[in-house]
This record gives sequence, C-alpha cells and structure tokens, in this order.
Amino acid sequence: MTARRIVMALAAPVSAFTFSVLISSAVLIAVGTNPIDAWAEMLSFGMRLETLVETSNRATPLYLAGIAVAVGFRMNLFNIGVEGQYTIAALLAASAGAAVSLPAPLHILMIIIVAMFVGSLFSGVAGYLKVTRGVHEVISTIMLNAIAWAMVGYLMRTWLADPNDTTLNLKTREIAESGRFPNLNGLLQTFTRDIKGGRELGGFIIVAAVVGIIFHLYLTRTRSGYDLRITGLNPFAAEASGVNPKATVIRAMLLSGAVAGLIGLPEILGDDFKYDLSFTKGLGFAGIAVALIGRNHPAGIAIGALLFGWLDSAAPILDVRGDAPREIVSILQGVVVLSAVVAYEVVSRVRQAQEARDAAIATSGPLPANDNQANTEVDR
Amino acid sequence: MNPVPLKESRVLRWTIAILGLVLVLSVTQELARPETNDLISAGTAGSTLRRAVPILLAGLGGIWAERAGVVNIGLEGMMILGTWFGAWGALEFGPWWGIVIGIAGGAAGGLLHAVATVGFGVDHIISGVAINILAPGITRFLSREIFATQTGGGITQSPRVESVGHVDFPFLSGGEVFGWASPDTFGWIADRGWFLVSDLCAVASGVTSNVSWATLLALALVPGTVYLLWRTPFGLRVRSCGEHPVAADSLGVNVYRMKYAAVIISGGMAGFGGAFIAIEQTGIYREAQTQGRGFIGLATVIFGNWQPLGAFLGSILFGFADALQLRDRTAVHALLLLTGVAVGLVALRALRRSQPVGAAVLLLISALVLWWYSVTESVMSELPPVTPHIATLLVLVFATSRLRMPAADGMRYRKGQE
Repeated sequence: MTARRIVMALAAPVSAFTFSVLISSAVLIAVGTNPIDAWAEMLSFGMRLETLVETSNRATPLYLAGIAVAVGFRMNLFNIGVEGQYTIAALLAASAGAAVSLPAPLHILMIIIVAMFVGSLFSGVAGYLKVTRGVHEVISTIMLNAIAWAMVGYLMRTWLADPNDTTLNLKTREIAESGRFPNLNGLLQTFTRDIKGGRELGGFIIVAAVVGIIFHLYLTRTRSGYDLRITGLNPFAAEASGVNPKATVIRAMLLSGAVAGLIGLPEILGDDFKYDLSFTKGLGFAGIAVALIGRNHPAGIAIGALLFGWLDSAAPILDVRGDAPREIVSILQGVVVLSAVVAYEVVSRVRQAQEARDAAIATSGPLPANDNQANTEVDR
Repeated sequence: MNPVPLKESRVLRWTIAILGLVLVLSVTQELARPETNDLISAGTAGSTLRRAVPILLAGLGGIWAERAGVVNIGLEGMMILGTWFGAWGALEFGPWWGIVIGIAGGAAGGLLHAVATVGFGVDHIISGVAINILAPGITRFLSREIFATQTGGGITQSPRVESVGHVDFPFLSGGEVFGWASPDTFGWIADRGWFLVSDLCAVASGVTSNVSWATLLALALVPGTVYLLWRTPFGLRVRSCGEHPVAADSLGVNVYRMKYAAVIISGGMAGFGGAFIAIEQTGIYREAQTQGRGFIGLATVIFGNWQPLGAFLGSILFGFADALQLRDRTAVHALLLLTGVAVGLVALRALRRSQPVGAAVLLLISALVLWWYSVTESVMSELPPVTPHIATLLVLVFATSRLRMPAADGMRYRKGQE
C-alpha cells in the first residue's frame, strides 16, 4: 500500500519532467541541433561548484516565492499578487534599511520585519476586499500588481532615490555594513574547494530553509494551520466544524504577503544592498510555477526551486559552446509547469478511483466489486 | 407588435448617454482650455480607438471562454503568442496573413488551455497561469531562432512590420471614391469651433479617418459575438455550458465540444489582439509589448458584466486613459478635472435617488479630486496607466451586486457528474 502511494506520488513529477525533456528535445531536433549534446553539456557544466552556488542563489528567492504562493494555494486562495508584493516590499525595506543604523543583527531584523509588514499590508488589501466585498482575489491581486508597480515607479522617482546619484539608473541609498547578510563561502569552502570567479553563496538560503520548516510545522502542528488546510480541502466541512472562513482568508493572505516580502531580500541584503532599476522582476510568477510543480508542499517546492534555479544557472553554457540556444530552457520550464499540473490531476483522479474501488471492496465484503459500478461512483 | 415606449428605448438611452458624455467632455475642455486642447479632439479619439482595440479583443476573448464556463487567465499568454506569430506571419506572407497567423497562434494557446481544463479537468486559474508562463518562453525561443538571424531583428524584437492599411470614410472624413476625394464633412464642422457640435464632429472625425481595416474587423466582432452567442443555436449551447453544464448535457449538448470551441475562439480573439498590437499599433514585435493588456481585457469582462457591449465600453474607457497620457501629459492633469466633474454628476444622481450616504461619499471624492486639480500643476506620470486597474477595483468594490457572471463559471465539469 505505502509502496504504491510512493510510486503514485513520484509518477506525476517524473513523467511531467520526462515529457518536458522529450518535447524540448523534439524542438531542438526541429531547429537542427543535437539534444543529447546539449543536455550533456548542461549536465557537466551544471555539476561545477560555481554553478551549484549560483543554483542555490537563484533557488533561494524562488523557494520563498513558492512558499508565499503555496500558503494561499493550500486553502484554494490564488495570490497572483506575489509579484507586486515583493517588489514594493523590497523597495521600502531597502529604503528603511538605508535610513537607519543599528547593530548588525537588529539592523537585518528590522529590514526583514519592514519587508514582511509591507508585503502583508498589500496582500491584506486583497484579503480584506474578498471577505468584505466578495471581490475574487485573482482579479484584485492582478490589479494590485499594476498599482504596486506604479507606486514603486513613483516612489523611486520622487522620494526614495538617492539624491547624490548622478547616473540615470535610479537607486536607493546603500544599506550600511551592519544591515548586510553574511555569505556562507567560509562554511562551504571548509567542505569543498575555493569558489572561483568571485561568487558568493548567499546566506539567505538559511532563512528560506527556516521559512520552509516553519511553514510545514504551521500546517501540520498548529490549530491555525489545520484550519487553513481543511478550509482548502472542504470549506463547507471546515465551516461546519467551527472554522471562521473570513478570518482564515485574511490570515492566509497576510501570511502569504509576509513571506512574499522576503523574496527580494536575498538580493537587497546579500548582493546589491540597494533597490535599483535592475532589481530582478518576475520572481512572483516564477514562484507560482515552482509552487505548482512542488504541489504546495515545502519539500516539493524546494525541488521545484532547485530545478528552476539549476536550469537557469546551467543554461548559459549552451550559448558559450554554441550547442543550442539557451532559450530552450524557458520552453522546458514552461512545459514542465503545464505538464506537471496535468499529470497531478490525472494521478489524483487515478488515486481517487483506486481508493473508491478499495472502499467498495472493503464495504461490500469479499464479493468482487463490479468494475462498472465502481467507475460510475468514482466519476462523480 | 407593440411600439417600444420611448422612455425604455435602448437607442434613445444610448444616444442620451453618449451626448451627455460629450457634453461633460466639452465643458471640461472649455474649463481646461489654456492648459490643453487634447481632451476632446480628433487625434485623441482616433488614438483612443487604436488603443482600445487590443483590450476589446482580449475582453471578447474572455467573454467567449467565460460564457462557456471556463475562466481564461491565460489571455495574456495567448496575446503574447499573437504578437509573435502576427509579426512573423506579417514578415513572411504580408500583414493580413500576419493577422490570420496571429489568430492561429492565440487559438493554439486556447486549445492548450482547453485540453488542460476541459480535457484533463485542471483548475482553470492554474492552467491559465501555466500558459502565461509558457508563452513568453516559446516566443523568446522562437525570436532567438528566427528574428535574431534577420536584419533589424534580435532576440527581443522583430524587424519592422508593414500594416494592413488604413481608410478614410468617404463623405464623412474625406475618403476617396474611385479616385475622387469626397468632402471631409466631420473635419469641416470640427474646425468651426461651435460648442458641443464641433467637439462631437471632432470625435466622429477621429474615429472615421485613417482607420485601420483591422480595427474595423475587430469592431465588427462586437455585434458578431452578440449575434453568435445570443442569436444562434450554437451560442445558446455555448452559454448553457457556462450556466448549467449538467442540464445542457441532459438536453444532448456536447458540453466538452462546446467548451473546446469557445476556449479556442477565446484564444483566437486574444491572438488577434496581440497581432493587432504588433502589426497595427507598433509595427514591430517587441518582447513583453502586451504590457498586461490581456489582464486589462479580463477586467473589461467584469466591468462589462460579461456582455460584449459592456466590454467594448470598458475598453474605450481604458483606451482613452492610455491615449491621453501618450499624446499629451498636461491633458492627464485635466483628466482630474474631468473625473471630479463626472463623480460630482454621479453624486447628484445618487442624491436624486435618495441615497444620501452614497451621495455624500461621492461628493467628498469629487471635492477632493477637484482640490487636487486646483493645487497641482501636473499629475504623476505613473497614475494614468493604472487608472484601468484602479477603476476595476472600484467597480468590483462598489458594484458587485449589479454584476452577474455565468453561474458555472470557473467550475470543473466532468461528464456524468451530478
């Protein structure tokens, strides 16, 4: 029984990934390149220490974004607004961090709190509109994304940009040394060799891991997390058993936004120390992809984030060697997402059919269940 | 056959509404005269129409899908496919083929969405989001393979694309009839400077001169959609799938097939919108040039209460805000005056309907906006592009009770369910 469950759990992601590789290989063949060479090149380049460091740095914000999205998804709440939430949170956190000077741990803590607060403030609007006015959160968060970007543009241009800056690239003032997050190079290099090319293993991955663990404990070990989960599974049953649906919606949105606020911080605290026009965009949408691949489970999201991070870090070699266009990776990622959601749906339906058949056998005694009958019950 | 009472005549109501709108615009224009001349002009009207078309097409696409009960968040991705395939088709085979291939590209996206949501029963939002992630990946790869090797093209843009051509309406805006230049009636009156009448004709002149053939085709899709969805058996079947698929199934409607057809048409519309942006509006494919218009189109669906005409009005409103800030920054400031006046009028209406609280709130908003207008010289440039989004949120917050979406919109449907 358990073996079958494990196979079932792995069947979807593995088949989705295989399917995506096959599709991408077909595309590569269609444009006249050898897919096997390309994948081999990526694999060998992708196993270098520097690429793996890069993978970790890219996966960190993706993981946080995936968790932010998953908090909502777990109760069927679609926070499409992670994109806007993390952008404005990063801007305001970077500005606040540059405006004060505090002892190191407090300074970092303050920036983190500001980012989480701004993120949850923005997602809270969507939650509030949903419970008071019945505005669907997908629409409101899409609209709030555009409003957040406009606010970022306005704030950058008028108040928050560094007045001493003479370049055209608007940026906020730099955060002082005490507000920067240490890297993990020293730790990593004791186990491996020196990291070349000036790369740094961002320390924020520890925060991301802690967030993932807290998320898991919250869902499985707390009353509040349980409410959130059962509301997602069956809102009517949840309400009947005393869960306040409005409070749960607000809570999930606020939590989602708070985690979303963290997404930009690996870049702000560990790399740039300021918000400027080149700040990474699109992590919120990528987070949706990662959460979908990981089935909103903290471990699954980690795998999804590492996969996407690795693909992004290893792809540039294709251009360098000229084996294939690196853009094939963006097709691969897109196909993985779509085929993963389809595969999960198919597997869950097969599993339901299986369970219904087992239940039918169990309840109707030793008599072999009529296949047709079982099927009609399942389809319902 | 009873004659329709004049009070309830739709035509009369619309005429009054449009005249009223132009009156408000005219008055505001007079008030803001030294600052801007662009609030109501032929140029602004024409530009509004051009800006509105892609939003309208996305909106119609949204209506097609949602009337069949499938939420299409993937409109944005289908539009992106439309921009790329439109530009590619226009380069290879000429602009009209570009439109056709753009539609096909969007329809392919629609097919993908239909396979996932209808065929496999995946959640509509999830599938739509996945398509929005997949589409830019596909176009980036294709640009790299095709446009990057052409002169003037690159990974993020195509070479210049030719447009399908434009037309001036004969007798109305001086179009040619067999080589003879007919009189430019609207333009002539517009130049007289008669209050209201000239303004009205300036708008008419703007939307009847130098109009793209693709715009006319897009506009024809509004009555076309109304006809197909509300006046044909096919449309009735499609809509029944969005209201009550089980009942439709019991009457022998092939629900899956109807949903497939509607979602593919939906993608085709969005693809047309994308192709219009690339071929007609900018004359080039550029990465991310849809700028979220698919989402704004989705907003017009809600805005317009899932009715094609409503989506059309929504797209005009959003197109106007878009056109004004592109043409004349100072006109945007005058837009504050317009908003203040318009909100004030709505407040008066609320007062007449004896809704004192609503009227008070609206009057306060009106006063605030007018105060803002009077104490500032210009408005921040970031505001106009997000007016559609703010307006949509406000409509959803204040008018939810008047909106009615298809009853089974967004729900999964499996044949044989109860």
